[in-house]
Amino acid sequence: MKKPKLVMIGNGMAGVRTLEELLKVAPDLYDITVFGAEPHPNYNRILLSPVLAGEQTLDEIVLNSFDWYTENHITLHAGKKVVAVDRVKRIVHAEDGTQESYDRLLMCTGSNPFMLPVPGKDLEGVMAYRDIADTEAMIAAAAKYRNAVVIGGGLLGLEAANGLMRRGMTVTVVHVMPTLMERQLDAVAGKMLQKSLEDRGMRFLIGAQTQELVADDSDREDANASSKRRVRAIRFKDGTEVAAELVVMAVGIRPNTELAQAMRLHCDKGIVVNDTMQTITDARIYSVGECAAHRGIAYGLVAPLFEQGKVAANHLAQYGINRYVGSLTSTKLKVTGIDLFSAGDFQGGDGTEELVLSDPHEGVYKKLVIKDDKLVGACLYGDTVDGSWYFKLLRDGRSVSDIRDKLMFGESNIGEGGHEGHSKAASMPDDAEVCGCNGVTKGTICKAIKEKGLFTLDEVRKHTKASASCGSCTGLVEQILMFTAGGDYSATPKTKAMCTCTEHGHQTVREAIVTNRLLTVAAVMHFLEWRTPNGCASCRPALNYYLISSWPKEARDDPQNRLINERAHANIQKDGSYSVIPRMWGGETTADELRRIADVVDKYRIPTVKVTGGQRIDLLGVKKEDLANVWKDIGMPSGHAYAKALRTVKTCVGSEWCRMGTQDSTQMGKDLEKAMWRMYAPHKVKFAVSGCPRNCAEAGIKDVGIIGVDSGWEMHIGGNGGIKTEVAQFFTKLKTAEEVLEYTGAFMQLYREEGWYLERTVHYLNRVGMDYVKKQILENAERRKALWAKLQWSLDGEPDPWFEFDKAEVDVRQFDKLGATV
Amino acid sequence: MSDWKKICLVTDIPVLGARRVARPQGMDVAVFRTEANEVFALLDRCPHKGGPLSQGLVFGNSVACPLHNWTIGLQDGCAKAPDEGCTPRFQVKVEHGMVHLDGDEIATHALELTAPLAGPCRRRHSEPQGA
Repeated sequence: MKKPKLVMIGNGMAGVRTLEELLKVAPDLYDITVFGAEPHPNYNRILLSPVLAGEQTLDEIVLNSFDWYTENHITLHAGKKVVAVDRVKRIVHAEDGTQESYDRLLMCTGSNPFMLPVPGKDLEGVMAYRDIADTEAMIAAAAKYRNAVVIGGGLLGLEAANGLMRRGMTVTVVHVMPTLMERQLDAVAGKMLQKSLEDRGMRFLIGAQTQELVADDSDREDANASSKRRVRAIRFKDGTEVAAELVVMAVGIRPNTELAQAMRLHCDKGIVVNDTMQTITDARIYSVGECAAHRGIAYGLVAPLFEQGKVAANHLAQYGINRYVGSLTSTKLKVTGIDLFSAGDFQGGDGTEELVLSDPHEGVYKKLVIKDDKLVGACLYGDTVDGSWYFKLLRDGRSVSDIRDKLMFGESNIGEGGHEGHSKAASMPDDAEVCGCNGVTKGTICKAIKEKGLFTLDEVRKHTKASASCGSCTGLVEQILMFTAGGDYSATPKTKAMCTCTEHGHQTVREAIVTNRLLTVAAVMHFLEWRTPNGCASCRPALNYYLISSWPKEARDDPQNRLINERAHANIQKDGSYSVIPRMWGGETTADELRRIADVVDKYRIPTVKVTGGQRIDLLGVKKEDLANVWKDIGMPSGHAYAKALRTVKTCVGSEWCRMGTQDSTQMGKDLEKAMWRMYAPHKVKFAVSGCPRNCAEAGIKDVGIIGVDSGWEMHIGGNGGIKTEVAQFFTKLKTAEEVLEYTGAFMQLYREEGWYLERTVHYLNRVGMDYVKKQILENAERRKALWAKLQWSLDGEPDPWFEFDKAEVDVRQFDKLGATV
Repeated sequence: MSDWKKICLVTDIPVLGARRVARPQGMDVAVFRTEANEVFALLDRCPHKGGPLSQGLVFGNSVACPLHNWTIGLQDGCAKAPDEGCTPRFQVKVEHGMVHLDGDEIATHALELTAPLAGPCRRRHSEPQGA
């Protein structure tokens, strides 16, 4: 059967990315033909600035070599401009007479630079800055001439000016607005930027209005009469002149809709497309990239365009399950040594408040705009490492009232400690470690970005694992990405999907389960139209948790939806053996228990016995075949050290023995543990109880930390000692042990019902805000008592998985090995 | 001529799960069952760091390794991009609900591959001779 034909007009980044996405999901569906007006394969247009500045070469910025087109059986007409399309006969006509028929057409014509309509704009040496030819012409001019003028002090203009300056030219930037980059920076940051560029030797004429470009008449006699005259200077409305043998216009771009209009496709600020990236005029025709206008916006940054490409590819592949719903964007400037970042409504205005930090001496300026307790805009200059965090807060739209006092100082100052952070990626040596969790150096990241052609943070995470664990180096990785690939990471969709199996986020999924009384993973996947038949290792455990926490005693806990530790009820080790940690209530044990443990170690030849940080004993290297017998012989309850559940309750000795003790912390710890063990939660949960403020049980870094004082107990919540140490926040003061149980239980039940899977208490608190939790538990006694009652009811009759296999849905077949028989 | 050995019933393997098959020599073979009741067999060893794939979470025609979450295809034994590497495959025959593996393969296939080590035995391995 003959394949349908897909023709793409325009051979740029957005279009080719669409083809890559299409080839990934439907490699053999179409005969693909590409027309490109430039005689080059697809290259990274964003990196023209580093090429101009001499930091990279043209070869380095090629994204898809000619070989790539051949390998993927794509016919490439490079250097052939399409001049007409017959939509009735479905034929594309190129300038040189080449014709191709199509079944589906993809318009990726990008944008054109806007040329100021001033006299002299057609002179030799007057140009725009858009493609390889422009860049090469500028490099050639820089080698021959001395003076350049760049018209336009926006992102592109400043990058062009920087590049020309680096190539030895004297550069003057002419900008008609009062401050530079006024669409991305506020006035203060714009002035700081100007000052730092002036320090590097760039000249500025702010507010100057161009009258005309003046031609060089000096050697008319010698010149060939037919050759164009070269520009000599720029003249302003006030009559002054500045010498310029090169004038670069960077005053903006316009979507290139010339061809689309000739084809009578509806255009308004671009080729108008719907959420599936189809043109609203002709369903056979798709459009992505800078030429496409989606909901009235034509985007000019990479990330949104790549998202559009993914959606278009999905529909071209006839999957029909993806929609593009627009993007939030942020900006960074690619001038080496200058860090700036802005996003959202950074100008502020009516109804907004501004937090400002300004240190002109150090060249640091930060402005955060807050409206209705939410971050709505950010403008950073000089220190941009927290840009991504602000961007996330902005996107999530969460209340910042509880972290407002620390907001300005960045993510690493919310809580304490964390990794030692570098803040400037560009100045780091290649062997410096960027991601401490996964041991990834800057060199490794740069290499992966260049060799694998990575553009987004997600891609870098997948390939290198950098920033894939605790995420505290995310800002750095993004900076590296910026300088290496020029990628802007901006536009993650508003809600983050749970995983690639679905478009829905955690909140939507959980609400659907609760509202529609969904009781099985299959039912959830059917109801929410999952893209994969049975999910993946990310979503299945999450769905299983949402089901059993939303419908306790009703939803079946299916072990095949759990990851191995919770399926085997032990912790898998690097050699495939397991560790076993029995529960020791409050960290207390007896001679009898210790004897049984010792006997088990001998009997099953367990190689390592270790005391844990949670006051328990860890038996390491147990064979899977031995697990059930080890549990039986030890005869102690499961410690759940392998589960997203209540793990240890660490205690100090307390008033029973300690001469400093004011409260019986050991008993309090045992009571808490006995009330809440077997409690599955979104993530692991640890408690600690100290008998006096010396806090020997380290209650400050636990999900719930209880500290005894003379008059009762202090309750702290949201601490953890993991990848990033988080100090628990003071929650309330309580009088009796009963109150401690009730308040702790209520907080746990709230977290169980509202926390997203794999969200620790600190992250849950950061998302919903401490005020919210206080309202639910401290200020609403009825709600608190109901939550506590619900937890007790849920845990009543909950089995110990080490002993009640049937009830706990433990598949005992897993412990036995099969053999081969004839 | 293949020498098919009976292993177990398809129903002895959990749906979206796996069982381990011991061999006289060499590492275990993992037999997997998909939602569509197809059965696949791979050496129980992830190409990354040797994790036991039989302990992974099965989805579609893939298994996620329990150690570092690499996705391994059940049909070809290969890691999903961007990860790279393959684990040896074993032929499977299902007849009347009974799972069979090839006896020759059980006896001879991929015997050279060994399980990763952990614990004090590694210290002994890393000590210089005579120390």
